[in-house]
Amino acid sequence: MLKVINLEKQFDGLGVLKGISLEVRRGEVVAIIGRSGSGKSTLMRCVNNLEKADGGTILVDGQPLVKDGVYAPVKNQRSICLKMGYVFQNFNLFPHMSVLKNLTEAQHCVLKRPKAEAEKYARQLLKKVGLEDKEAAYPCQLSGGQQQRVAIARALAMDPELLCFDEPTSALDPLLTQEVLGVIRSLAKEKRTMVVVTHEMNFAREVADRVVFMEDGVIVADGTPQEVFDSEKVKAFIGLGD
Amino acid sequence: MGIKYLNNPEKLWNLIAILGNGVGVTVQIFLLTLILSIPLGMLVATGRMSRRGWVSGPISVYIYIMRGTPLMLQILFIYFLLPTTGPISFDRFSAAILAFTINYAAYFAEIFRGGIQSIPPGQWEAGQVLGMKKAQVFFRVVLPQVCKRVLLPVTNEVITLVKDTALASTIAVTELMSLAKKHVSSSTSIEPYLIAMLIYLLMNGITEQVSRWLEKKLSYYQ
Ligand SMILES: Nc1ncnc2c1ncn2[C@@H]1O[C@H](COP(=O)(O)OP(=O)(O)O)[C@@H](O)[C@H]1O
Ligand SMILES: [Mg+2]
Repeated sequence: MLKVINLEKQFDGLGVLKGISLEVRRGEVVAIIGRSGSGKSTLMRCVNNLEKADGGTILVDGQPLVKDGVYAPVKNQRSICLKMGYVFQNFNLFPHMSVLKNLTEAQHCVLKRPKAEAEKYARQLLKKVGLEDKEAAYPCQLSGGQQQRVAIARALAMDPELLCFDEPTSALDPLLTQEVLGVIRSLAKEKRTMVVVTHEMNFAREVADRVVFMEDGVIVADGTPQEVFDSEKVKAFIGLGD
Repeated sequence: MGIKYLNNPEKLWNLIAILGNGVGVTVQIFLLTLILSIPLGMLVATGRMSRRGWVSGPISVYIYIMRGTPLMLQILFIYFLLPTTGPISFDRFSAAILAFTINYAAYFAEIFRGGIQSIPPGQWEAGQVLGMKKAQVFFRVVLPQVCKRVLLPVTNEVITLVKDTALASTIAVTELMSLAKKHVSSSTSIEPYLIAMLIYLLMNGITEQVSRWLEKKLSYYQ
């Protein structure tokens, strides 16, 4: 589904991603863990075309977003990225739109779905994330956990084949964290392909098929939760309580 | 200078009717300037934010001149520089409209630029990851939020514009100020100025009400 080969990214000449290679297969849930500043967000942002890589290859469903550092034409970039959904740490809902409109806007203007169909699907997704009674609310009237669940539903509305999360619960307090993790768990049960950057170790251990540990712009461990959490480096990292 | 109108209802009514004609011209200057300078200001703001130096450079200079010199001078310059005869000629009124428009567009541009830049980059990114094109994100996501944020500074400019229309009298456009001036000198009474003042005040009262109404309309989210 997603194949990243030798990805490189510098900020002001400083290497942030130093040759990252990663594969995510269909139906797989991959958790990415690592200290803050290790490049997790940058990796996710490059994959979703929010940041331009300086070198390497990103294949989505076999199609190259960037190949050996050369980007596809802008039109192709958009169609390739439409296969992916992205959930931000701080939600980034559209504050001037109701919850329902947040979910229907892109269905309407990108996928050209008729209004009735888009709304029907939006309501279905709101039900899935447990917010069927909030469709008329505005984002500012919702708790952080509810906002993040709307953001997840908004991403799902585009029928992504791969869903990426960048620390979806870092902006939430523990109680709200659980309701969001609950939604992600239920998506994992549906066998959705997901990449989740997270600091929630228990969640990674339970839900992920694979855990990737990043340090200083490189992947230092990649394997089943058991393998990765048993490696010395990861033990040291968790021991530090990052 | 004595009281010549206020003690004579008939004369007073007459004066108000005459000044009323000027109000028509004032309102025309006001509305035309708004209708032209707001979209132009949007365009200028876009150009000012361009990464291409040959676009943003000259636009910065234009904004600098418009904001850095008296509007009265700009009106005079434009009026005396523009052709008044020939195939493309400008009368006083059009010259005034042109001067007001390019001046106010510069102010509006800076307000819009501030508004656009105050929208968090996350909003652009959220639109992008949903597959929207840049223009779609701008018109559907960014611009509605900008409108709310710029409402108060734009209202300030609009209030200033109501008063600035009086500067059209510099090139003898027969708007409210010109007529008031004329009647003050012909009647040697200051009352026409008083009436004009009240009319400007009334127009800005309406402006503020409209702004308040819009503010309320946009208060459904924060
Ligand atoms: N836009 C940027 N400009 C400059 N440096 C950046 C930028 N974004 C990230 N960085 C740097 O890249 C490194 C990795 O950041 P990030 O990918 O956010 O790490 P993580 O998500 O693992 O905490 C950090 O040192 C950070 O300071
Ligand atoms: Mg991060």
